[in-house]
Formats: sequence, C-alpha cells, structure tokens
Amino acid sequence: MSLIKTVRSPKLLAAPATATKSRFSWASLPRQHLVSYVFMSLLGAFFLLPLIFMVVGSLKPNERVLAEGDSWRAFIPTSVTGANYVDAFQQADFLHLFFNSVVITGSIVSISLVINSLFGYALARFRFRGRALLIAVVVALIIIPLESYVIPLLYMVARLQWVDTYQVQILPFIANPFYIYLFYTFFLNLPKELEEAAQIDGADLWRIFTRVMLPLAGPVFATVAILNFLSSWGQLLWPIMVTHGPEVRPLPLGVAEFQTEPPFHWGTVMAFATMMTVPTVAVFILFQNAFVRGVARSGIKG
Amino acid sequence: MATTLQQSRTSKAKRYTPPLVVWAFLIPGAILLGIFLVAPFALAVGMSFTSLRLISPLPLKFLGWQNYARTFVDPLFRQALQNNFLFALVVVPLQTSLALWMAILVNQKIRFVKFFRTLFFLPLTTVLTVAATVWSLLYIPDTGFVNGFLRALTFGHFQPHWLYDPHFALTAVMIVGIWQSAGFQMVIFLAGLQEIPEELYEAVAIDGAGSWTKFRYVTLPGLRNTLIFVVTVTTIFAFRLFDAVYIMTKGGPLGSTETMLLRVYEVGFDQQKIAVGAAISVVFFLIVLVVSIIQRIFVHEEGGLA
Repeated sequence: MSLIKTVRSPKLLAAPATATKSRFSWASLPRQHLVSYVFMSLLGAFFLLPLIFMVVGSLKPNERVLAEGDSWRAFIPTSVTGANYVDAFQQADFLHLFFNSVVITGSIVSISLVINSLFGYALARFRFRGRALLIAVVVALIIIPLESYVIPLLYMVARLQWVDTYQVQILPFIANPFYIYLFYTFFLNLPKELEEAAQIDGADLWRIFTRVMLPLAGPVFATVAILNFLSSWGQLLWPIMVTHGPEVRPLPLGVAEFQTEPPFHWGTVMAFATMMTVPTVAVFILFQNAFVRGVARSGIKG
Repeated sequence: MATTLQQSRTSKAKRYTPPLVVWAFLIPGAILLGIFLVAPFALAVGMSFTSLRLISPLPLKFLGWQNYARTFVDPLFRQALQNNFLFALVVVPLQTSLALWMAILVNQKIRFVKFFRTLFFLPLTTVLTVAATVWSLLYIPDTGFVNGFLRALTFGHFQPHWLYDPHFALTAVMIVGIWQSAGFQMVIFLAGLQEIPEELYEAVAIDGAGSWTKFRYVTLPGLRNTLIFVVTVTTIFAFRLFDAVYIMTKGGPLGSTETMLLRVYEVGFDQQKIAVGAAISVVFFLIVLVVSIIQRIFVHEEGGLA
C-alpha cells in the first residue's frame, strides 16, 4: 500500500511541469503569483545574505570585513584578496583539520552504511526468535539522544585511553537505531518476488542481499549517507570532549577555536568557514534529488 | 499484486532463517549498539545516583536522589531549563508555520520555484558551528549588518546589543536556529503536500472554496501526521540546543542563553562532576522521552484513518 503511494510522489526539488511552453514575461503574471514572488524573494534574501556575507568576507582584507559590515557593502567584494585563504592554510592549518574531518566522517558514513543496512535487512526479512522484540528495542533506542549518555561515554573512553584518537570519534557513531529503522522500513516495503526468484535460481542469502537487494536500495542508502554525513561533519560537543590537542581535531573545532584567541582575523575565519561548507554544498547538489526522494520515501515523516 | 504478496508472506512465515546467518547480519550492529549506546545510557542512569568524579580521592558512594536535588536548586540549571522551554515555545510555532508557508509557496506550479526551494534549503549545508560564527559577526552591535539594517529601517531608534544584552541574546540564538533549519522542515512539508491528492483541491474548488478554505479543510488535515512529526523534531531540537550557544555566547550574558546541554558540558566535563552531569543528562532525556511519547499518542490515533 505505502509502496504504491510513494511511487507517485514526484521529485520534490524538480520544478513541476509547467502547462504552457510560451515565453515567460513578468507582465503576463497573475497578481497572486507576483505576490508569491515578492515573498519568496524576501525569504530568499534572509536565507542567502548570511552566506553571501561569508563568501564575500572570505575574499576581503581582514579589517574590511567588520568595517563594511553594517551596510550593503558587506555583500559586495569591494576589494579582493586571496590572503585569507593562504592564512587559513598556513596559520589555521585548514588542510590538517580537513583531513581529520574526511577520515572521521568518511569512516563513519561508509562503515555505518554496511552495518546498519545488514541489521535493517535482517529485521525486515529473516525469521528468527525474538525478532519482534528486537524491532521494538531498536525503535525505543531511537529516542535516546547522544547527549543523554555523553558523560558516561566520555568516562568509558577516557578509561580506555582513547582520548585524542580517530577511533574515539568514529566507533560510537557507526551503529545507529534510526538508520537501522530507515533500512528496515525500506526493505520491508520492497516486494518479495525478486528475492524468491533468486532463491529458486539457487542464490544463497548473502548473494540475494548483495546482488538483488542492494541495487534496489539506492534511495535509502543515499538518505542515510547524507543524513549521517551532515551530522558527522558538523559534530562539536563530542570532539570538544575527546580531543585535547590539534592532532585529530575535526573542522568545527577549528572554527570554534578562532573565537577564543584574539586578535580575530575575520577574513580568515570566513575563508575557513567557506571552505568547510564547500563539501556539504557539493554533496547536496550532487545528491539532492536522491536525498529528498529518500526523505519522502523512508517514512521519516513518522 | 497485493494478494500475491500476501500469499508469499504466509507461505514462508513458518520457516526460520538459519541462526548463523541471522547472527552474521546482526552481530556487528548489536555489539556496537550495546557498547556505545545501551551501556553508557545505563551507566548515565546508574552513576547519576553516585558520587562519581573523574579523579577523586574519596571512595565511591551511593547518594540516592541527591544529585537530582542539587541540580534542581542550581540557579543556572533552572535558568537553562527555562531558556530551553522558552526556546521551544517561541521557535516551534514560528519555525513550523514559516516552513509550512515556504513549502506552500514553492509547491505552486509557477516558474523559478525550483530556484527558491534550493535557496531556502541552502543554509542547511552550513553546519551550525559555521552558521553561528557568521551570524555572530552580523550581530555585532556597531558594525554588524543586522543593526545596520535596523538603523536604516528605524532611523537609529532600535539598536539592541544582541549577544551582549541578556534581553536579546536568546532571541538572536533563536533566529540563527530558524535560519539554519527551516529548510529541512520545508522539505518534509513538501513531501507531505505532494501526498495530498489533487482531486481533493479540485473537489472543493468546484464548491467555490477560496484559498483559505482549501488550506483549512484540505491542506491542514492532509498534513496532520507531517505536522506532528515536524513539531516533535523541532521541540527536541530546542532542547538539544548546544552548538549555537557554545559558539556565540557560552551561555551568557548573565546566563540568558544557558541551556541544559551547556550545563551537561560545564558540570560533567569542565568541572569533572561526572555524576551530577549524568543527572542533568538524564533529566534532559526524560524531557525528550515525554515529547516523543506525546508524538506517538497523536500519531497512533491517526493510524486507523491511514
């Protein structure tokens, strides 16, 4: 039932097909549409201007970022320099922190896709004792946020002498009940005929999973990968607690650090922030349809 | 199709999957969940009743409810709790209606909506740390754009000191929160909107309904579950507030942006009072739990209809 329903849910970020193919002109717009455009432009400005400020600020000499901050010149590159980017690399050690973030986020996203999809698939398709109970436990665990057990977790990893390592920033975030649940509901809604056909052809369970199910599961993998990427890339609380030196620190801590030691080189901060945002924008642009389709399909809506 | 599905399901129901296969699929996840979620969570509850500190010469003692009692008389914690509730009370209705309005705007069949959808979604690509850093520059009282804009708008009459003023700091944080995550809620509403059958709108249009009637009697009821979900997520987000205040204010000025998670961090990490920190995080969990239970009650009612 729900499968049939979701098939007709269209690509959300794609523009709906316009009925007329005639050439566009502002004058022919109904008044109601014009009002919509005015509102959308105002909202758009609210959402876009801080981002423009960030990018433009990264290109300006340090002192101009604040000096021109209170007028429209804040959003205009009045004078362009690459010095901030050079500083971000040389003084703020961007490359090192970027490498750390890539290692940490990359490991979390890739390993967690494997582990959580296996778990979700087993819950959806296998028959075993305690299955219903296990599903209930997973659903219950979704409610527990990291922040509610972060202190004992810190106590545990401190005892293990894991402070200032990569694994302390990776291992706790691999298995995730919410992602397991997303995989579970996705596989549950896939028709069983394909697997049964493969079974008749003599394929074992592992082959069925890797050759039949995985190729169909692109959307849910994309959803989980993107949700996971966004939350790992931005993590702040946990890295603050488990890294003391810059060795294994991720990017968000680099940004946070800027604001603790004056003098503040705001142009450099903006360059750092801009470069830190580039990967997220890239992931979003590359996968936006998959992401939004995934959101709609995976029962995120509850 | 529905019947074949049904048949295949019943015919296989009695066959168990070989236990070895089940274990192979489940064990990696189960071990990690056990070590890094279930165990520390149980520990959090357990240690919140003890005198545990990171390094302490004193022997470990069972304190009962003492840590909780101490937490609830701590004026900073009370202020944090109050701030979290205030944040939820203001941001949840504001952000939910804003996101719904945005979704309705960009769900119209007019040109350029794809462009605006992307625009509204874009702030989500900045992580909160970056968003908070950029906004803290925009909020600078003398040279920030926010006050520059307000100066032009009010001829210099309205110039709050935002992050430096206890009366405005929390408002400033709220705006950043809304700016950063309204786009996500919009996408969820869009998904909900597109599930509403077009025929329903056509049907009420025949009856001569205006756009308000359509919204009130078709859109809102059609979005019931989506609305419940968005409200729940935004409420929990309000109680999880940490990154933005850590970057922008560290809880100040005068505790006006103190939050529960900031207290967890300050007490449990900075002051190394692990047990008290655990007690605060358990209180935090209980609030999240109550919010989630309320959601499930409401969604459950809908179950029969869907």
